[in-house]
Amino acid sequence: MDLDPEDVFKDEEDDLDNEFYHQSESSKEYVVYLVDASPKMFNTTCAGNDQKDETHFHTAVSCVAGSLKTQIISRSYDEVAICFFNTREKKNLQDLNGVFVFNVAEREHLDRPTARLIKEFDCIEESFMREIGSQYGIVPGSRENSLYNALWVAQALLRKGSIKTADKRILLFTNEDDPFGSLQDAAKKDMTRTTLQRAKDAQDLGISIELLPLSRPDSEFNVSTFYADLIGLDGEDLAQFMPSASQKLEDMKDQLRKRMFTKRVVRRIEFQIANGLSIELNTYALIRPTVPGAITWLDSVTNHPLKTERSLICEDTGALIQEPPKLFQPYRNENVKFLPEEIAEIKRISPGKLRLLGFKPLSCLKDYYNLRPSTFVYPSDQDEITSAGAQMEPPGMHMIYLPYADDIRDDEEIFPDTEEDAPRADEDQIQKAAALIKRIYVKDFSAFQFANPALQRHYAVLQALALAEDDIPETIDETASDEEGLTRPAVVRAAEAFKHSVYGDSYDEESDMGKEKMSEASRKRKAIAENAAKDYDWGNLADKGQLKNLTVGDLKVYLNAHNLPVSGKKEALISRILTHMGK
Amino acid sequence: MARNKEKLVLLLDVGPSMHGVLSEVEKLCSMLVEKKLIFSKYDELGVVVFGTEESNNDLTTEVGGYQNITVLQDIKVVDGDLVDTLQKLPRGTVDGDFLDAIVVGMDMLIKKYKDLHKGKKRLCLITNAIHPIKDPFEGSKEDQVMTIAEQMAAQGMKIESIVVRGRFSRDANKGVMDENDHLLSIFSKKTHTRTVYVDTPTSLLGALKTRRVTPVTVFRGHLELSPQMKIKVWVYKKTQEEKFPTLKKYSEKAPASNKLATHQVKVSYEYKSVDGYSNSVIPPEQRIKGYRYGPQVVPISTAEWDAVKFKPEKGIKVLGFTDASKIKRHCYMKDVYLFIAEPGNTRATLAVSAIARAMKEMNAVAILRCVWRQGQQNVVVGVLTPNISQNDKIPDSFYFNVLPFAEDVREYQFPSFNSFPASWQPNDQQQKAADELVQMLDLAPSGKEALLPEFTPNPVLERFYRHLELKAKQPDAAVPPLDETLKKIIEPDPELVAENKSVFDALHRHFELKQNPKLKKSSRQWYQEKQSGSNAHVSGGQAVNSIENQPPVKIEKIGDLTPVQDFEAMMSQRDNPEWVEKAIKELREKILALLIHPDGEDKYQKAVECVAALRKGCIIEQEPGPYNDLMHRIRQYCEEKGIKSLPQLLASRDLTLISKSEAEDSNVTAEEARSFFVKMEPKPDV
Repeated sequence: MDLDPEDVFKDEEDDLDNEFYHQSESSKEYVVYLVDASPKMFNTTCAGNDQKDETHFHTAVSCVAGSLKTQIISRSYDEVAICFFNTREKKNLQDLNGVFVFNVAEREHLDRPTARLIKEFDCIEESFMREIGSQYGIVPGSRENSLYNALWVAQALLRKGSIKTADKRILLFTNEDDPFGSLQDAAKKDMTRTTLQRAKDAQDLGISIELLPLSRPDSEFNVSTFYADLIGLDGEDLAQFMPSASQKLEDMKDQLRKRMFTKRVVRRIEFQIANGLSIELNTYALIRPTVPGAITWLDSVTNHPLKTERSLICEDTGALIQEPPKLFQPYRNENVKFLPEEIAEIKRISPGKLRLLGFKPLSCLKDYYNLRPSTFVYPSDQDEITSAGAQMEPPGMHMIYLPYADDIRDDEEIFPDTEEDAPRADEDQIQKAAALIKRIYVKDFSAFQFANPALQRHYAVLQALALAEDDIPETIDETASDEEGLTRPAVVRAAEAFKHSVYGDSYDEESDMGKEKMSEASRKRKAIAENAAKDYDWGNLADKGQLKNLTVGDLKVYLNAHNLPVSGKKEALISRILTHMGK
Repeated sequence: MARNKEKLVLLLDVGPSMHGVLSEVEKLCSMLVEKKLIFSKYDELGVVVFGTEESNNDLTTEVGGYQNITVLQDIKVVDGDLVDTLQKLPRGTVDGDFLDAIVVGMDMLIKKYKDLHKGKKRLCLITNAIHPIKDPFEGSKEDQVMTIAEQMAAQGMKIESIVVRGRFSRDANKGVMDENDHLLSIFSKKTHTRTVYVDTPTSLLGALKTRRVTPVTVFRGHLELSPQMKIKVWVYKKTQEEKFPTLKKYSEKAPASNKLATHQVKVSYEYKSVDGYSNSVIPPEQRIKGYRYGPQVVPISTAEWDAVKFKPEKGIKVLGFTDASKIKRHCYMKDVYLFIAEPGNTRATLAVSAIARAMKEMNAVAILRCVWRQGQQNVVVGVLTPNISQNDKIPDSFYFNVLPFAEDVREYQFPSFNSFPASWQPNDQQQKAADELVQMLDLAPSGKEALLPEFTPNPVLERFYRHLELKAKQPDAAVPPLDETLKKIIEPDPELVAENKSVFDALHRHFELKQNPKLKKSSRQWYQEKQSGSNAHVSGGQAVNSIENQPPVKIEKIGDLTPVQDFEAMMSQRDNPEWVEKAIKELREKILALLIHPDGEDKYQKAVECVAALRKGCIIEQEPGPYNDLMHRIRQYCEEKGIKSLPQLLASRDLTLISKSEAEDSNVTAEEARSFFVKMEPKPDV
């Protein structure tokens, strides 16, 4: 049972049981990815991941693909649509030129991401030119305005659902900072006006439009030319906007990832500084372990989901218990009963607010004062100010859940039974260790740069199975140690020097010696076992099928003697022995 | 179970100078037994008190001496009576001799167990050690202690001393205290000893580990620095949350006459198909696990899963060292692990010591990838920080904290406090008041840290065990209030607050407080106090009402374009109280004008916004009159003209009269306010 009665350290998603039902409506997000597919997106390139040039189109598409994959895992109730503009072909409900809504079978245009969507979108670049095509949508002498059309289509896609229950957003990827630059004065003015009006209409309906611009190497994306008006930037925001929008894919992905999560408050809590002086705070769960989603039990025959019914049965009478039962704790030879309300009362030791007890220097916060992920607090009721600048660490306070005396153990104090002092390294050994540390020093480490390999694997497997693919894609374990780096001669030398200073020449002996010492008892056992193993004519017994007449203990003797695992039932042991004998 | 049976003798000082804290000692010791009754029922315990008037122990009858020491309870398996005994400790009349008590305790253990159960025999001394011990017949006190300590080590006994100091021993003789401290420290040189000094009743309650957990290694093997360099380490848990005891469910179905009833409840799970018509239970072998992937649920059998799942190799590898500042403290994810060198392995201990000290010098930490067990399905990435031992007996070690993976981090964006407009920033006086608060409310002045986690018991657990004990005697006992001593954990120290009253007063002066009208409506009815203007507390800016944070541009008239903003700006102009009056009046005019000439297609939208702003403003200023007046006029106007939509719009946004609960001066009850628009509905306006 939990000891955080006020749920300050709770995650908003802790209620996995409920999540299935309630999360679906209340906090959905509808996103339309609007990707510019003009020839310019294909012509301009920038240095990509591995120093190879890649087109802006590729950058944008892989960005969207990446975010789809994250979305299907962490926010699969959100609905997305992918829409290209400045295309040759058209495909949209309004039948507007130059706009192509990408979709796959069994899916509405704006719908939850599916495995198929992700798979087909992953290879969109191969088929793009053939099936969708790229073409400037805004050309002199024509009344067509593909950007206007695109916004219209996106807005129409987002018509679904009420603004109260859903966040609606358009994410616009483009590298054209002046879409109407090619036009003559009057036409340009007119189109600019109508497009801005269209964007404003969308915003009035509660749809936010966000721009993810791509800069060309030679000239930077100039937001103020046109888009500042479209997305409603001014003053300081404008100045801050551009440094964040960069040409690099990595930054772009980063940007997108940061924007993908809408902030969600875990709870609102009052922070009382003194009597009559308190602040209202919101708490946020910025760091919580992500786990593979909950298991849904299925009927293996029909593949239909199963409903779990929990029932309480009295062990004495077999009767079903309806009302929440009392709880008891055996104590002093009797059962002390508690009502559920009493337990709740015991846990409620203070009114639900934070109280300031005092301050301590940071040095008092020991490394081992930790039990749970921290919770972030920020003043509530702050009107949203979305700055586009890349934020490394949000301002505010982190709350750390401290242990109580009951939670701290003193295991390091267990062993010194000897009269001598514990050995301490001398100056030379410390120097050697420092030299080794310097060799394996990582300058720019970030605390969360690794993807969880188990989770990556989990979803790779799911994706493959969901698409009925045969091969499961290999996932990279980013946490694997840098074997190559560690065998660099300099590192090896430093390691050897340190080893020599601590272990002398006998490092290898030492490890052997340790093994021997440890296994003295087991060696004896092994010796006996080896003798015993000879006692039986194993081959003969196996041939006659008489192994089953032996005891498990005897079987284990054989297994031990041959370094085989001794776990499992008797049949398992027998079959293991037979396999080992090659029979 | 049996091999872990602990044999403990409590040596409690009950002399007059201890009377002040004896009630805490009683609580602490009875808690110890209460927990033993649940978690280690077979432990054995004896109780010795010293400083009593009379003397009652084996040694005094056998050899004489050892005065004023009473064996309250011979060593026996813990039971309920022991709790009762410990809850009523006698109050002694003489100053006791703790060394004599130790000898008596040792004698009890030796007589009962001979030299068996090495390492399981323990003495626990609670004293203030402010009175001199008797001089021995021969040799010095030090020699005597030395002999006792050696004997203790030979017998495999441990001793834990809790020395109560601080304000309980203010007028004690410093020389005697130092001598006693020195004597106690001799024990720690010779035997396994833990001596702690506590100075508040609260920390006394946390000083004794009331529940013994047998340490279990999480991992034994190599810490791999590089393929050539491996150190043998054992890994333990350093912190592990002690959970609220899991209580069993109790069934009352069995008849009271049935003496053999177990009253147990079985929880059974049935899996049924959802499709409705066939309400059949699906047998376990027909069930298969499904994992969600987007809208799909992907079925995978356990065998399939085993074949493809992530299977890392057991082992701990260093991924690299990095600067300690790269790892933010709030990134620590879970409970903490302890890495120690393999016990008894001198060179591994040296290697750990060398690396820990080098790391400390360089302010470096190591990043580790750990797979504790073979077959574990995930890896753990975390940070290893050095722990340089202050005690000569204890080797250096490391602490290990789990770090989040990329998936675990949610990068929400928050506006920087610095980017707030100047009016939200703290001014100098506010900053100073806050600085002072931080300085004066210091919980760790000159090294004496209050509320040290090591000595802070969990109040919830303490309360549970006390209630359990009460209930055992009287089944319908009410939940006891939280112990006074433990109040310090959840509330600010009243003494500290009283001492620093001026600081708090300054804080109050500099931070004008306002109720947050927006939040009053929220379902959570916190009594919300709201800070206006700006905020200087460490937590940064508090909810700042939009009314106060307008740029300081003088607004002298409410215009047609943005009446709401103009109004708010005007209300916030603090230089002259007339602004408020003027603003309210002007906005009222504006609203009425908007009603008569509805603005465009959204008709009354703008008027409603204005009404909302006016209402808010009037509540803040506690001026309900003008607003309520206006509302009556609006109602009248609508009734006359037969306008239905406007009242509905107002009612839907709760823009009704300001009631007495919102503004003192109002003479409208909450009930009236609620029904304000309802009343007019019956009147048909067609």
